[in-house]
Amino acid sequence: MGYTWHWKVLLEAEPGGTGTYLQYLIVGLGWTLATALAAWIIALTVGALVGTLRTTPYPWVVRAGNLYVEIFRNIPLIVQMFLWFFVMPELLPTELGDRIKQMPPPWGTWIWAVLCLGIFTSVRIAEQVRAGINSLPRGQRMAGTALGLTLGQSYRYVVLPQAFRIILPPLTSESMNIIKNSSVALTIGLLELAGRAKAMQEFSFRVFEAFATATVIYLLVNLVVVLAMRALERKVRVPGLIAAGGAPQAGH
Amino acid sequence: MGYDFDVIQRSWGYLFKEGMTFTVTLTLIAMTGGIVFGTLLAMMRLSAFKPLSMLAGAYVNLMRSVPLVLVIFWFFFMVPYIGAWITGADRPVQVGAWLSAVITFTMFEAAYYCEIMRAGIQSIPRGQVWAGYALGLNYWQAMGQVVLPQAFRNMLPVLLTQTIILFQDTSLVYVISATDFLGAASKVANRDYRLVEMYTFVAVVYFVISYGLSMLVKQLQDRIAIIR
Repeated sequence: MGYTWHWKVLLEAEPGGTGTYLQYLIVGLGWTLATALAAWIIALTVGALVGTLRTTPYPWVVRAGNLYVEIFRNIPLIVQMFLWFFVMPELLPTELGDRIKQMPPPWGTWIWAVLCLGIFTSVRIAEQVRAGINSLPRGQRMAGTALGLTLGQSYRYVVLPQAFRIILPPLTSESMNIIKNSSVALTIGLLELAGRAKAMQEFSFRVFEAFATATVIYLLVNLVVVLAMRALERKVRVPGLIAAGGAPQAGH
Repeated sequence: MGYDFDVIQRSWGYLFKEGMTFTVTLTLIAMTGGIVFGTLLAMMRLSAFKPLSMLAGAYVNLMRSVPLVLVIFWFFFMVPYIGAWITGADRPVQVGAWLSAVITFTMFEAAYYCEIMRAGIQSIPRGQVWAGYALGLNYWQAMGQVVLPQAFRNMLPVLLTQTIILFQDTSLVYVISATDFLGAASKVANRDYRLVEMYTFVAVVYFVISYGLSMLVKQLQDRIAIIR
């Protein structure tokens, strides 16, 4: 194959004048992590809430939860990005829409990327949380009621502590997914890691050096997340409680 | 600014005959290719021959750890070089966005189908394979006539769910400027400056198709569950 590698390009200056290409990519990693982390907070909060609500005995609450899940699960992530970034500002009150548009870059993009990714992932977490809660024997909640706990208390002290331990392994893969999926934000112009690798390829014409470096960085990040989540699993493990084995799941 | 939903009607042919055809064809080819290649990968991963299982494992884990967008870029730029290598040409071979997308999604989804098929194969009791060997079947016969049909059937709902995800993910070919459904809509949206109308319409269409298919999968799941 007629490709000559030129790895030194990583130490050459990028045209924006912020430093070398390697530094340029690492700043991109910073944006990837900033996007993923902020979105992860939204995803966990909303996901845990919606997932829990879908197991309550109130039919209307369950239906509203189901609707939320179906909407955000059946629209491609990139289309959701476009909805938030292009459509949402037009639907907001003009003043607020303009204020977001006028935010200094890349914040005006970042905020939509975070919202979009957070809500997209919250649906998947809601599914995990619901499955985790439903995998517990029904008797446990009944026992809670028999002991005089309110519905809220039995969730707080009986159901949720176990459910969250059960779903830790699938949450690991969701936390890796959210990092990977943050790359879709490049389509609305956020220069995160993948976006910067693409930009580096355009500036320097060093195609494979750019993508290989980005790939290695993604692999390293994945490794760190897996190790961190394993440590967390060990830390919160309750002796005698076996984590649910992973049923095969579709994913991306 | 008023809304102009007529733009959808005006571009209907382009959106569906060109865009949606691209999306659906890509989905079907990548699904077929992905399931075939993925099943082979799953058999490799479960092989007792270590180098083979490690090779397949490394491939699957690599594909699953890298963002799809990056994989699309990789193949988009790599396929011309591989083409030159195969044909012996001394320049990278020009490959369009279509062929590049087909190869990318087949290779990428194979990693995900592999994990599903691996679980499917492992769900079949080993005794059945031994029984097959005892009857004089060789590896390919035992796999092809005993294990895989059952594994495939057990995993059918998950395989189809993965295909719905694949259908949605094909919209990412936007990053190599291919004219899939989203690509077509985006070109119209930018030409006529009707982003709100077009992107809302795209979202509705994707929702209706994905939701409809997922309901079908659910029905199928219930039917299979009763038979077993």
